[in-house]
Amino acid sequence: MNSVLSSILSWDFVASGIRVTTPILLAALGALVAELAGTPNIALEGTMLFSAFVGVIISGFTQSLWLAVIGALLTGIVMSSILAYFSLKLKTDIIMAAIALNIFASGGTIYALYLLTGDKGSSASLKSLVLPNIDIPIIKNIPILGNILSGHHILTYVAIILVFLIQYMLYKTPLGLRIRSVGESPDAARSVGISVFKTQYTALIISGMLASLGGIFLSMGYVSWFARDMTSGRGFIALAAQALGGTSAYGVALGSLLFGFSEALSFSLQFLNIPYEVTQSMPFIITVGALAFYAWNKSRNKRNRDI
Amino acid sequence: MSEYVLEMRNIWKVYPNGVTANKGVNLKVKKGEIHALLGENGAGKSTLMKILFGFERPTEGEIYYNGELVNINSPYKAIELGIGMVHQHFMLVPSLTVVENVVLGMEPRKGLSIDLKKSIEFVENEMNKYGLPVPLKEKVKDISVGMKQRVEIIKTLVRGADLIILDEPTAVLTPQETVELFKALKNLTKAGKTVIFITHKLNEVKEIADRITVLRRGKTIGEAEVKNITEKDMSRMMVGRDVDIEIDKTPAKPGKIVLEAKNLEYTRFDGVKMLKGVNLKLREGEILGIAGVEGNGQTELVDIITGMDKPENGEIFIFGKNMKEADNPYEFRKIGMSFIPADRMLHGVSKEDTIEENLISDRFNRAPFSKKGVLKYNKITEFAKRMIKEFDIRTDGPKTAVKMLSGGNIQKVVVAREFTSNSKIIVADQPTRGIDIAAADFIRRRLVKERDNNVAVLLISSDLTELLEVSDRILVIYHGEFVAHFENIKEIDEQILGEYMLGIKKMSKEEMGDLI
Ligand SMILES: Nc1ncnc2c1ncn2[C@@H]1O[C@H](COP(=O)(O)OP(=O)(O)O)[C@@H](O)[C@H]1O
Ligand SMILES: [Mg+2]
Repeated sequence: MNSVLSSILSWDFVASGIRVTTPILLAALGALVAELAGTPNIALEGTMLFSAFVGVIISGFTQSLWLAVIGALLTGIVMSSILAYFSLKLKTDIIMAAIALNIFASGGTIYALYLLTGDKGSSASLKSLVLPNIDIPIIKNIPILGNILSGHHILTYVAIILVFLIQYMLYKTPLGLRIRSVGESPDAARSVGISVFKTQYTALIISGMLASLGGIFLSMGYVSWFARDMTSGRGFIALAAQALGGTSAYGVALGSLLFGFSEALSFSLQFLNIPYEVTQSMPFIITVGALAFYAWNKSRNKRNRDI
Repeated sequence: MSEYVLEMRNIWKVYPNGVTANKGVNLKVKKGEIHALLGENGAGKSTLMKILFGFERPTEGEIYYNGELVNINSPYKAIELGIGMVHQHFMLVPSLTVVENVVLGMEPRKGLSIDLKKSIEFVENEMNKYGLPVPLKEKVKDISVGMKQRVEIIKTLVRGADLIILDEPTAVLTPQETVELFKALKNLTKAGKTVIFITHKLNEVKEIADRITVLRRGKTIGEAEVKNITEKDMSRMMVGRDVDIEIDKTPAKPGKIVLEAKNLEYTRFDGVKMLKGVNLKLREGEILGIAGVEGNGQTELVDIITGMDKPENGEIFIFGKNMKEADNPYEFRKIGMSFIPADRMLHGVSKEDTIEENLISDRFNRAPFSKKGVLKYNKITEFAKRMIKEFDIRTDGPKTAVKMLSGGNIQKVVVAREFTSNSKIIVADQPTRGIDIAAADFIRRRLVKERDNNVAVLLISSDLTELLEVSDRILVIYHGEFVAHFENIKEIDEQILGEYMLGIKKMSKEEMGDLI
């Protein structure tokens, strides 16, 4: 038991928790924006995956980080546009359209990977760049604080800044007010001349770009290659984190931390004498637990009628 | 330029589901007048106004505004022209504050943010100009219906509306709130605005309107100056025949108590106490009416009485049996209760299914409709045909999906099922809301007839005229408590009920008597 505690109470564990949280948080912020607009983005998983792939491929072939990031963001925009086209223009069920996109991303990346590298499993043969970690001067030398605040991946810092930016955007700007009103009562928004389509489309684009950032963190931060289905459900965990965190970006950040750290916990426990099957199923058990809590909480509030 | 600010010429509207709601409608409105658009439910009034506001596109027809042919293809365009609309169902975002709702879509900015201070100043200025105060910082979900309507009016004013459309604005108001609204509307016309006022209440037309246009079944029947026309003429134009508005009713002969609620308490999810110890006794052979402004606990009371929800404290007795153990509405039905729910689309029918399936949805597992677990469709269809005839359901046939029917006919399906289940208790929650006069009249008469057959009826309604006409006793609910009990309906009127509904007056326990 002692070894369990010592492995949890280490800086390595904290660092690993933050690392695992980052992609979940980025995608969960995307989930939040889309959810509030009334267009839940189930395609986060596929968007992350495709962006992770495009980032690695572009960086591998051009050796340019900037092009890689831009390419990944464009991938997010394209994925969201497809989703928007089907759900908002053609009025397909948005969940169905998103599931199709997720399946397409899974198969499409493997196919494209094979065409480009001749390998169906990973892009290890392609030499790709990674986005850097950042040491914050001065702070990094302060004992404890330096350990906590400094030396993280650049996208981790971006994610933290985005928590505040997204919160500001949603609750202080006209765009945020419109996103929330369109999500809550589209007819009310329409009656004052707001275009429901444009607002939801914008929200989906923002959501897709956030998922893209989460995606390239996986392939250009975590590791430096793309592997098939490397998102392994993080897009869905992000949805759960958003559901748990509620309608504020801060809540969503907390929800993401919960999932991130529980996954990190399962990594640390692997090195102890706990059966592999148990540690591997930890994140899923926690997901199920959190969703059960979420559902219970929802049903308790089921009388939330418009008054 | 002509004397009309607005002319709608030969407007046709065919909805995607094939319903032709407007069949060559003409409407002419003069500047500065209050123009009443009159017609039964389903006549096409809302459709016509949605076309004017750009919410729906006409299939055919022209609109002239200030003498010019205009193409109103979106609400945005309508707002630009100076047309504002207060919809029948409010177009407000409940979780946003009043001021956010008002400035939505035209938010004053400071840098990237919304300038809240300027928003408040701006709206305050506008509301003072027309004498329409609203609580700017409260959330819309926390304010009264009358206030919500005011917010809607202000929304149109801040967008510079000169022509304001109000779709059945009084349907949701208490008499006192209606008086306030009428004052506000008169102020608006004094300030040079034009008002189109949709209603089917004739006394209101007499009180406030300058001119009327009457629609019936999608067509313009005629227009007139209000001062030149009687209520009787108006009603004939609306309905197409003379309607006998009074229901003949013999005094009730109440028998034993069949339904009793003792000390019901209920707290809503957000911690608001919706029922604070409610008692109620319902006897066979009487109609007990419940009056109250919506949201004062009626919904919760009905949910508990019909078994859709459980009280926090208190008990329900039906035919003397404590219903504590019964945990779904079916048990309440089995013991002999019928229920006409307020939200007919949600709780009344299964809209994807056919009329006949909906008609037997409470008895499909019994003979003659099923045998050994197999449905007997010939028996079902036969029964449905009889119901369609008896209840005058306007449809192609029993196999039509319920969602294809108009609101009034959907309600007739519900009512046909509930009135034929041989129950001794009927709970009718807003049974005539939003349906045409003829259907509403039919339902009211049926309620009285059931009463005469010794059935106990609990009627919850926001239509006070209906309550006064049909009920044998009336209880008024306010903030989760009964605050008045009237056993002699002849002695009271809407005004008196209104005072108790708004909490201005309250009866003592003794005054209310022992039937509560
Ligand atoms: N969105 C819609 N789709 C299909 N039919 C509709 C729609 N809105 C209204 N209708 C139908 O059009 C007819 C006229 O409705 P409406 O204009 O709401 O009448 P009113 O406001 O006079 O009560 C009704 O039969 C109604 O069922
Ligand atoms: Mg209407």
